[in-house]
Amino acid sequence: MNVAGIAKRFGDKQVLPDVSFSARTGERLAIIGPNGAGKTTLLQILAGSLSPDAGELQLPPAGWVPQRAAVYSKLTVSENLRLFARLEKAPDGAVERVLAMTELPPGDEAGKLSGGNRQRLNIAIGLLGDPPLLLLDEPSTALDPAQRERLWAFIGALEATVLFTTHDIGEAARHADRVLVLDGGALVGELPPGPDLETAFLDLCAGS
Amino acid sequence: MRWLLIKDLRILRRSPLLVALLVLYPVVVAVLIGAALTGGPEKPRVAFANLAGDAEFSLGGETLSPQAYTDRLFEAIDPIRVSTRAEAIAKVRDGEALAALVVPADAADRLQGLLSLAGGDPPTVEVFYNAEDPVKRRYVESTIRSRLADANAALSDAVLAQSARYIDLVIEGGELSFPLVGEVKILGLRNARTLIDTSLRGLPQDAPQRPALEQVSRFARVAADNLDLSRPILNSIGQPVRVEQTVVRGSRTPLDQFAIGVAATLSLMLVTVLLAAGLLALERDEGVFARLTRIVSPTKLLAGKIALAAAAALAVTLLQLGVLRLFVALDVAPLALAAGALAFAALGTALGALAREVRVASLLAILLALPLAFLALVPSGAVSAGLYDVLNAVSGAFPFKPTLRALDGSELALAHLLALAAAYGALARLALRRF
Repeated sequence: MNVAGIAKRFGDKQVLPDVSFSARTGERLAIIGPNGAGKTTLLQILAGSLSPDAGELQLPPAGWVPQRAAVYSKLTVSENLRLFARLEKAPDGAVERVLAMTELPPGDEAGKLSGGNRQRLNIAIGLLGDPPLLLLDEPSTALDPAQRERLWAFIGALEATVLFTTHDIGEAARHADRVLVLDGGALVGELPPGPDLETAFLDLCAGS
Repeated sequence: MRWLLIKDLRILRRSPLLVALLVLYPVVVAVLIGAALTGGPEKPRVAFANLAGDAEFSLGGETLSPQAYTDRLFEAIDPIRVSTRAEAIAKVRDGEALAALVVPADAADRLQGLLSLAGGDPPTVEVFYNAEDPVKRRYVESTIRSRLADANAALSDAVLAQSARYIDLVIEGGELSFPLVGEVKILGLRNARTLIDTSLRGLPQDAPQRPALEQVSRFARVAADNLDLSRPILNSIGQPVRVEQTVVRGSRTPLDQFAIGVAATLSLMLVTVLLAAGLLALERDEGVFARLTRIVSPTKLLAGKIALAAAAALAVTLLQLGVLRLFVALDVAPLALAAGALAFAALGTALGALAREVRVASLLAILLALPLAFLALVPSGAVSAGLYDVLNAVSGAFPFKPTLRALDGSELALAHLLALAAAYGALARLALRRF
């Protein structure tokens, strides 16, 4: 995937001035930054939910997992999956495949699921189309540590390119191949993952 | 789009309280209105003391009784018969009756004296009112007044008819019946003239009686011709001013049909606007809107919400009218209802898109819809011309009044509704940009 010169303004605020980066197939790319850095806006643009004011995008078809679980509370797990599978024209068997992957109870109403299971359903919907690119906006929010580990093990097993945002530096350090730092809407640098990531991030943010 | 409609229907089905309210509300309104229209207004209770009893009076050989006139009065009231004036007044004081009507004992005698030109004052019927409930008192007052006016008019007609008969007798001659005397033959002016002319033909030209007889003959002819003209004048005395009523502007719809139209439009409005606003705002409340509009265009999403809300509300309103049909005969105008439903649904989506939350959208829908509906019902004579124009302009921007007009058969109103649907749909689409 290639992203060049992406800009986005909301009213008087330039949320993203000029963002460019690329990712290789199968790579795990993390975008970290403080709250309000523009991570969610960038991901929404990549997902096609928002239009950029400027820039070019070269992306394969992407599955998107928004930050807040976007599911219908009054529908069951399988009804939610079937609805989005039909709308996205997912291949046959997609619902059964993701149900098996996520081990969600198909007959339970989404509104009655725990926070963790709602997030799993949210991710399951993003996986329906078996997309080559998966965009995850803070995917481990609302998950307990055990669920987080299961989630990351699950993501690690995917063949798709994964781009995820997080404000948890430890998570980025453990699960990403590359880490991009977003601050004030601008990509201020790229850091290697690893145990020193937090220190490097703080130094970078202080410098910028 | 089919899957989105199915999804919305599924969500509605799982909100049983909402569905029950949406269906029950118009049905309950229908039952209440149907009962009100068929029940008719309650007759006011009026104490009635007929002190004249069975006394009768005669008019031109015909015997008339006050009973005929009181029977007409009783069609409009619920009479409490009492024997004395004091009893009638007591009934009003105690609150048992809203009014009391007292026919004096000498009513028939006084009427007879008046009709036989013997002189004297006309009979006076006394009416007493209970003014504790001014609204009801006004109703009773106008009912009794109009019925007494009817009775007076009927009597007046009878007197005038008899007078016309007397004039005929004077002109043409005939027999007249007098009490104690019996039948008396009246010559009549035309017959008198014939007799005089016959006598004149037998008299010589220079006969001394000729001038006088010719004068009498001329008088008889002129009198007969002029009295003939008096008949239409007599008719006009009873009704000196004729009234011709024409509906220049507005509909000729009877009041009960109008009431049904208002009820149906009110139900249609509330169900459609609330449903459309809620269905759209729900997408944002659930956080699904952004995910959905990656796959489905916002315009298509909007069209689906409008179609579903309009169809559901139309079905419920037709059900309401079906229930009303059990009580009164009525014409269903499905095209007008469908156009109204579309316009209301588009308005609902505009409110939902602007409000962005289900609770706010519902509140906005109620706060906006009800006052605008009431404003649309203000008649032109109730406010100044300038204010009425303003109200009309405001009502024109809202589907309630055009729906009433469309139900009344106005094709222009149908086009108006479609234009409103397009305008509100466009507004909703614009508002979705910041959804």
